[in-house]
Amino acid sequence: MAAGEREYVLGDVAGAGSHVLRALAAAGSDRLGWANGGSARTIRRTWLDTFDWRLYRAGLTLQQVIGSGQPQLLLTDAGGAVVAAERLDAASRPRWPRLAAQLPAGPLQAAVAPVVGVRALLPVARAISKVGELQALNEDAKTIARLAVDRMAVTYPARASVPARLTLVPVRGYQGQAGQVDRAIGTLPGVSASHGSALEAAFAAAGLRPGDQPGKSAAVRLAPEQPAATALAAILTSLLDSIEANVPGTVRDVDTEFLHDLRVAVRWTRSALKLCGDALPAGLAVEFRPEFRWLGDLTTPTRDLDVFLLGYERMTSRLVGASPADLSPFRDFLTASRAAAYHQLAAGLRSARFGRLRSNWRAALAGVRPTGRLTVAGLADIKIAAAHHAALRTGRKITASSPPESLHDLRKRCKELRYLVEMFGSLHDPARLSLAVRELKALQDCLGEFQDAQVQRAEIASMAAQLLDSQSASAPTLLAMGEIVAGLAVRQSRARAQFDGRFADFAGPGSRARMGGLARTSRA
Amino acid sequence: MKILATYNIKGGVGKTAAAVNLSYLAAGDGYRVLLWDLDPQGAASFLFRIKPRVKGGGKALIRGQRLIDDAIKGTDFPGLDLLPADFTYRNLDLVLDSAKQPAKRLASLLTPLRREYDVVVLDCPPSISLLSESVLHAADLLLVPLIPTTLSVRTLDQLTGFVAGFNGHQPDILAFFSMLDRRKRLHTQIMADLPARRCDVAAAAIPALSVIEQMSVQRAPVSAFAPRSTAARQYRELWHEARQRARLPDPAA
Repeated sequence: MAAGEREYVLGDVAGAGSHVLRALAAAGSDRLGWANGGSARTIRRTWLDTFDWRLYRAGLTLQQVIGSGQPQLLLTDAGGAVVAAERLDAASRPRWPRLAAQLPAGPLQAAVAPVVGVRALLPVARAISKVGELQALNEDAKTIARLAVDRMAVTYPARASVPARLTLVPVRGYQGQAGQVDRAIGTLPGVSASHGSALEAAFAAAGLRPGDQPGKSAAVRLAPEQPAATALAAILTSLLDSIEANVPGTVRDVDTEFLHDLRVAVRWTRSALKLCGDALPAGLAVEFRPEFRWLGDLTTPTRDLDVFLLGYERMTSRLVGASPADLSPFRDFLTASRAAAYHQLAAGLRSARFGRLRSNWRAALAGVRPTGRLTVAGLADIKIAAAHHAALRTGRKITASSPPESLHDLRKRCKELRYLVEMFGSLHDPARLSLAVRELKALQDCLGEFQDAQVQRAEIASMAAQLLDSQSASAPTLLAMGEIVAGLAVRQSRARAQFDGRFADFAGPGSRARMGGLARTSRA
Repeated sequence: MKILATYNIKGGVGKTAAAVNLSYLAAGDGYRVLLWDLDPQGAASFLFRIKPRVKGGGKALIRGQRLIDDAIKGTDFPGLDLLPADFTYRNLDLVLDSAKQPAKRLASLLTPLRREYDVVVLDCPPSISLLSESVLHAADLLLVPLIPTTLSVRTLDQLTGFVAGFNGHQPDILAFFSMLDRRKRLHTQIMADLPARRCDVAAAAIPALSVIEQMSVQRAPVSAFAPRSTAARQYRELWHEARQRARLPDPAA
């Protein structure tokens, strides 16, 4: 926003806005004149953000503006000041969605990329404006301020009209003289100062709440005395909402996070069915567990390859003996494998089987009624305590000679415990919850590092065999892949060396007391 | 940020008209432009309807007692700002003389504006003085209007020699024919001969036309009020050559 810029909202009295300009023009004086800014311009705005509103949450607004001049991308801060702008070549205007890496290189891309990360920019709202302009002139017929009346109609995500907005922009160095214009506007009926941006007005008109994160698995707000069955059904319905919110983005392959978030919701669902299924009506968990396992398995190959490709630059940057160019055939192989895996995934997500799973599951959850006297707080206590106990028991069996599978088993137990703690998170005090999972998180990081390295070593070995069979990799490529495997082995043994200490902390009396304390607070 | 300066020892040769039109055209191309009217006569300020007055005068600006930023005025054209003239600029030589490293003073005053502007155009008063020396040290490109006469060509030779004697930074030079009258034999002859002898003469030539004089009546660049006139076409051609010569990257936005 320029220095001294003011925005007003024109109420019903002001009508279509052109009345205001006419009223102002008629209110000229010896020291204040007006010049018409020409015929009204049409401006098309598309506001862009990630699916999980990363720009909005960082206080930034990105819009594509198409008017009579060259289209441009405009990034503004919370105060409306321009952070960066990028002119767009009309021929190569971006098609949305688009990753930050695909924006034209420049200051705007540099400002946007770290905020949005791997998420794609999507249109979150669109509007068409008719903008009429008027210039305020001083006694030398010099422009001292510009006025614009913006009559905006929102076209996406829902059609809606927004009250016309009047913007006063003093010309640099004439803020003092422009005060006369401000006072003249203040005398007009139906004009009031604006307290929100055009984007906020567009969102409000379209019934949109910026910042909502429909695709994220998060704790459902629960009351401790709620019956266990219906509370669990509410949690599972919310997870189904998350799955469904991420399906379109996954099928359109908008960015890798849609699939990631979909998988998180599926994992939470599977864990809830496995660990708490007995709180649901008889037979429900048994009926649906195989279907969610199918869904989880469907998503695994694409995600594994996404992880490889997302970490590819970091992986090649660690090469010592080989050069990144040696790995090009490996990258091509990853890309081709990912395309094939994605094809299978998209077909699965479009299938009648998945459609049936969604509708049957939603209907089954809607039909859950309270059974027995078990409350959700009671359920949380029992299940968290059991999962905690299972994790401790599994971990205590691990010795220096245990195979990698034993650590993998422990990782699964720890994940189940974590899901339960987070799923029932609203029953606990947030500060105590955060303290209780501190050692668990540290142990999970160590186990994750160990297991990811184990899996990736096996996968790279398998890929090397396939490349060799198809004669599509040279010796330098295979050697470079070997160097990556060696690096993974180092990471894995480092994680293994950290394991004893991390588990000792997790199994220590302080950690056990804090985790045990969660059960007591859920009843409080 | 590139600094362009319209400069000639002689007055009335079309410096201000060139500075005003080139600034306008640069802003029209999307560059963020500041025109500094260094001439105490304030012609460029007048043409943009801006009062030739700076609080504290030129002394406060040169000594850094008043921020340049505070003295800048927006013109009626988007992307084009003006640092107005002030009658006290007639004493800038004296002010500069008392400053440290007077020849580099203008360049250091403009340094903080690098983030804000892509192009700064300095409209210089006709003289050879400490101020003009400071302009020559600050500029990346000197735009030298040249009336096609023998004496003007001699002056251009002197200027080129003077700049070549600088240690360190030397501005590039782009001379252009100004106030050209094709009915005059000497004009056409010099126009034909000089570019063969010197590689720093622009192909664009600004004719002596009444539409350029109309600028003072319209109080706007000829490129704004008569964009299809011959004069406007020649200024646009000159801007293209200056932009290339100064190696200005495409505007960011």
